Amino acid sequence: MLSQIRPAVVMIVLFAALTGIVYPLAITGVAQLALPAQANGSVIERDGTVIGSALIGQNFASDRYFHGRPSATTGPDPADPSKSIDAPYNASNSMGSNLGPTSKKLVDRVNATIEAEFAAGRVDVVAADAATTSASGLDPHISPQFALAQAGAVAKARNLSESQVRAVVEANLEGRVLGVIGEPRVNVLLLNLALDRLQ
Amino acid sequence: MTSIGLAQIAIVLLAVIVAAIPLGNYIATVLAGERSLLSPVLSPLERVFYRLAGVDPAREQNWLAYAMSMLAFSVVGFASLYALQRLQAYLPLNPQGFSGVPADLAFNTSMSFVTNTNWQNYGGESTMSHLTQMLGLTVHNFVSAATGLAMAFALVRGFSRAESPTVGNFWVDLTRSTLYVLLPLSIVVALALVALGVPQTLQGSVEATTLEGARQMLAIGPVASQEAIKELGTNGGGFFNANSAHPFESPNALSNMLEIWALLVIPFATAFAFGRAVFDYRQGRAIAITMMIVLVAGVSVAYWAEAGGNPLLTEIGVDPSPGNMEGKEVRFGPAMSALFAASTTGTSCGAVNAMHDSFMPLGGLVPLFNMLMGSIAPGGVGAGLYGFLVLAIIAVFIAGLMVGRTPEYLGKKIEAREMKLAMLAVLIYPLSVLAFTGVSVMLQTGLASLNNAGPHGLSEILYAFASATDNNGSAFAGLTGNTPWYNTTLGVAMLLGRFAFVIPVLAIAGAFAAKKKGAASVGTFPTHGPLFIGLLLGVIVVLYLLQYFPALALGPIVEHFALLAGKTF
Repeated sequence: MLSQIRPAVVMIVLFAALTGIVYPLAITGVAQLALPAQANGSVIERDGTVIGSALIGQNFASDRYFHGRPSATTGPDPADPSKSIDAPYNASNSMGSNLGPTSKKLVDRVNATIEAEFAAGRVDVVAADAATTSASGLDPHISPQFALAQAGAVAKARNLSESQVRAVVEANLEGRVLGVIGEPRVNVLLLNLALDRLQ
Repeated sequence: MTSIGLAQIAIVLLAVIVAAIPLGNYIATVLAGERSLLSPVLSPLERVFYRLAGVDPAREQNWLAYAMSMLAFSVVGFASLYALQRLQAYLPLNPQGFSGVPADLAFNTSMSFVTNTNWQNYGGESTMSHLTQMLGLTVHNFVSAATGLAMAFALVRGFSRAESPTVGNFWVDLTRSTLYVLLPLSIVVALALVALGVPQTLQGSVEATTLEGARQMLAIGPVASQEAIKELGTNGGGFFNANSAHPFESPNALSNMLEIWALLVIPFATAFAFGRAVFDYRQGRAIAITMMIVLVAGVSVAYWAEAGGNPLLTEIGVDPSPGNMEGKEVRFGPAMSALFAASTTGTSCGAVNAMHDSFMPLGGLVPLFNMLMGSIAPGGVGAGLYGFLVLAIIAVFIAGLMVGRTPEYLGKKIEAREMKLAMLAVLIYPLSVLAFTGVSVMLQTGLASLNNAGPHGLSEILYAFASATDNNGSAFAGLTGNTPWYNTTLGVAMLLGRFAFVIPVLAIAGAFAAKKKGAASVGTFPTHGPLFIGLLLGVIVVLYLLQYFPALALGPIVEHFALLAGKTF
């Protein structure tokens, strides 16, 4: 057994140097040189300030904006940091609800979401993604159905015609690569940015 | 289920097979010690490793010395990873200023990465410094996978050699697997992921001011380099808590498909490599076909279950046509979520792109049952092949009993010693999974961690111990695993699942290597045709349904019927 210790220790050190330092640093170097936008998180700037990442969803509560999916992320309670409270789209703590299909909490939560959406006039048929939380809590996308369902309410809040807003949604629809790969979707942040540019 | 969803699944699986056949040939060449395409670049580096470690690459080991080397390497790896986590507050590359990881969590995480499990009781972006992610976790992503491949080839040599006292040299297999197989593939996949949008930076976070004026801290880091080996090494430990569901780990459908491809390709290639190593291509093909049948069966059930939506939510007005979207990302949808779930548990990867805890009862049954079968379709890097060969030995033994001949596999007689060792390996799994689950449901401290009530609660605990024992690492993540009870017991389950399984396997390798190789005769049961594949599938179904049906009936199956009856918990 003792004769095994030297190769074991030396091998761990060598592999640590190669796969733990050289490999990630080399990839970082190449990525930063060749693909800096992607390597730094696909960040979007407006008027010189970083307003987010094209890949990460944001919490939209205002009537003037399209809303994303419900999010299950939490964050530390400012009053007592040992406890956590709901903090939708907390991009430092990704998580899903992990509620099972027969969970009473799940059914109650979905019910509450549907009632709120109906009250705000944002839905007619409840799209599946409008009522459910995503796996990461940071889903940047919604389905085209959910986006179009919100068009009327957003148009009203912005004093625009519904057809104007629908046209912005249509322009922001992302389809399937080669007609097969991926799901039809709308990036909520990019959609809302396009709306802001309209006015 | 839609035809587009099925087409997406077919595209990925086809791409896996197309790449796995040549990759399998390459892996066989590498582990036979032969020269290959990359030798001019890598063999000088390889020689440096041997010289510094004091290893003579020409000197082979018997199975016991091979096992001792593997254990010594694992012990040193465990100790260094534990120390790194405990001391990270005092070490560099800690931009978020995280404190040292607590003792029980550091034990669990070290065991998890050394055994290729990558069960995560921590949230990556909120616990681990960049140094720990790179120097600790990424390194073990490489070497634990390379260790798996090494052990698989020790067993393969048991079949390919005759009257040999040795099964190879562990240090050589470890080094060559890492340098020639895992590292080059990781470089290619990591750069492809960056091109598709995965970040790769040494920054800790980016501060943004959202459109509504709120502050959003975007956790970021060297994600792509870890993501590539996470999938290729069937490790599964995500950079972020939400794993491959996090848009920074997998920003779009193409990155998702690339990740599924990466986690399946080496395990399938290993089956073809086995065929080449035993000089009979058809043997590897038979195993790959059997793996594919089990995988496709699982994907089909999971996709069917997830595509239909949750009837309890349909009843209150949710549109069921996009499927069960709780815990899923819009860009993936149910088809790619089901394929990921079945693939990540069919291998011992354990990465997730959707929350398995929120799958429909029968959708969640698929990843659970895949793991209870020991992740053999197509299995972890190396671990899948040696797990499958143990089943092949049992299948051939049963066939031998039926016709009254001494069972043989690839010309090697299977006798009492090998059968005892094979059964010992197979019995470790139910012992660990069922005993730990049973004890946990009887303890207050075990039940306090549950996120869901009713039968789904039992599924959460059963899933946790299946995942740990199987060295998978995926979770019904509602269970709060970061408690002293689960940190300790899950750590022990990972230990049993890896080492109590593989030491009998290495003993089998030694026993077979020492045997004569009999020539095939008309009476030999052929192990490359449909009859053998059918027999193998039969053994898998009988063995695992008998072991686990009662537990599954109390968890996902009863939950399915409760759901149909409209009952919530």
